[in-house]
Amino acid sequence: MASKVVHAIYNDDDLLLQAVKQVREAHYHIGEIYTPFPVHGLDKAMGLAPTRLAITSFLYGLVGLTVAVLMMNFIMIEDWPQDIGGKPSFSFLQNMPAFVPIMFELTVFFAAHLMVITFYMRSKLWPFKQAENPDVRTTDDLFLMEVEASNLNVEDLTDFLYNTGASEIRLIDNK
Amino acid sequence: MIVGALGLVIGFIQAPSTVDEVKEMMAAEAHHGNSHGAEEVEAKAEHGMMTDTAKRGGEHAEAGHDQEHLEHTLHQLQNKPWAATYVAAFFFFMISLGVLAFYAVQYAAQAGWSPVLFRVMEAITAYLVPGGIIVFVILVISTLHLNHLFIWMDPEVVAHDEIIQNKTGFLNVPFFLIRAAVYLGGWFVFRHFLIKNSRRLDENGDLAFYKKNFKLAAGFLVFFIVTESLMSWDWIMSLDPHWFSTLFGWYVFASMFVSGITVIAMVSIYLKSRGYLPFVNDSHIHDLAKFMFGISIFWTYLWFSQFMLIWYSNIPEEVVYFISRIENYPLLFFGMVALNFIFPVLMLMNSDYKRVNWFVILTGIVILCGHYLDVFVMIMPSTVGESWFIGLPEISAILLFGGLFAFVVFNALTKAPLLVKGNPFLKESEHYHY
Repeated sequence: MASKVVHAIYNDDDLLLQAVKQVREAHYHIGEIYTPFPVHGLDKAMGLAPTRLAITSFLYGLVGLTVAVLMMNFIMIEDWPQDIGGKPSFSFLQNMPAFVPIMFELTVFFAAHLMVITFYMRSKLWPFKQAENPDVRTTDDLFLMEVEASNLNVEDLTDFLYNTGASEIRLIDNK
Repeated sequence: MIVGALGLVIGFIQAPSTVDEVKEMMAAEAHHGNSHGAEEVEAKAEHGMMTDTAKRGGEHAEAGHDQEHLEHTLHQLQNKPWAATYVAAFFFFMISLGVLAFYAVQYAAQAGWSPVLFRVMEAITAYLVPGGIIVFVILVISTLHLNHLFIWMDPEVVAHDEIIQNKTGFLNVPFFLIRAAVYLGGWFVFRHFLIKNSRRLDENGDLAFYKKNFKLAAGFLVFFIVTESLMSWDWIMSLDPHWFSTLFGWYVFASMFVSGITVIAMVSIYLKSRGYLPFVNDSHIHDLAKFMFGISIFWTYLWFSQFMLIWYSNIPEEVVYFISRIENYPLLFFGMVALNFIFPVLMLMNSDYKRVNWFVILTGIVILCGHYLDVFVMIMPSTVGESWFIGLPEISAILLFGGLFAFVVFNALTKAPLLVKGNPFLKESEHYHY
């Protein structure tokens, strides 16, 4: 399918945020934005749905907690009970305080690692992946906004984008 | 003019609340006068306590009656109104101290989000002076042997106790009072100058005052963390002079910090709901709620660290602290962990809930109850032992000091405009948006 996009480049994050709001108000469709660093509030300005990563993280934490409880119960109580410091390991509940650090650490471990992996999978990132930045300067100091221009008057759009403060505008025509 | 109008309006909202408080205070004071007067004569003290317990009626009165001739219980019961007063006085004092520390942190960190809340914080720290003096008076009364909260102050006890004898270099009455005076004096002075500079910054917007406050705040935090730690050993840990925990200062600090932040959030939401803080937006409340959430977890971390090490090593002189609490106060001891940890964690975990004001208020009430119980469980077991219950003295002491606290805080709020001026981060704070 033929698609036309306009790349508008900005050199300031505040300018970009302002431009995003204006572009959305004018009902142009923003495809993607490339920035050298996370811009605070950009997701809300673009109207992206709130992330569900936090929920997955909570669930992963619960998984980690469960794993820790089952693991400590098996290791310390069922499989090989030992008398440590005058506290014989006959019941999980009585020895629970000693396991709390492990339960805590595994909760954090599961939540953090699985959340990062989830994030990579959702963003389709993996080792040796080629960068998708259309312009290498967006990894340095420039901000690039990709605006859909397939069925639009490119002239108008370009003028509009210049007025929002874009420093550079290019039409990309994928025939 | 705007200042005056604002102050007047706040004075009006404060008026109805103080009438209630005066009533509460009267009731509480009448009660206190009663029980304190009764205590002066030992034989009558028992009688006074009996009427107290009889008022509550039922089993407690009977329990008291059966043990009438047990001198031990008598002493514990005599201690009870004192300890109740002390717990409540310390609890509210601790809140304003925690807020002062939080306020200083804002300056020292040059925080950009919080200047719109500075006046609320300043008002809450206004209770530091009366509250500190009340606590000091209670300590002086203890040293005069009018009550027996601190058993190491009793020369007879010390004479038969080798462990306390070895500690008399630190735990003796004159040094104890000097230390208390130094902590309180230091905090008062730092608070005085921090707020004076903040007011001066209002007047002429000279950044020199801001820089002065930055240095003052940094100095205060150093002074505070040392004196706060010593204070918690002196005023709370020494109630149980055989027991010690090096973590105790931190533990008390966490408790006062989270209570203080909770009160900031609650006062801000209250004022905002009345329309006095239009410049405070959801993001500020969100940030306060984040602190409530985070410091609650920090408190639990310290609580558990203290508990687990002592539980695991099981050394008699250390573990006695937890044994007395778990055996005699099981509900409060574990209940407060639920209130202070599980409840705030579950309630405030979701980012959106931190912006819902009534959610924050609800959680705040639970956190404050939890930390009152925390102080209760720190102080009561070593002063009244098994003869505890939350009855008239406790509740009226809470009402008395709570009323005084609210009165002082809201009175202080009327003294200055609710928005600071001249703070270099004010603009950032007003536009603060998460």
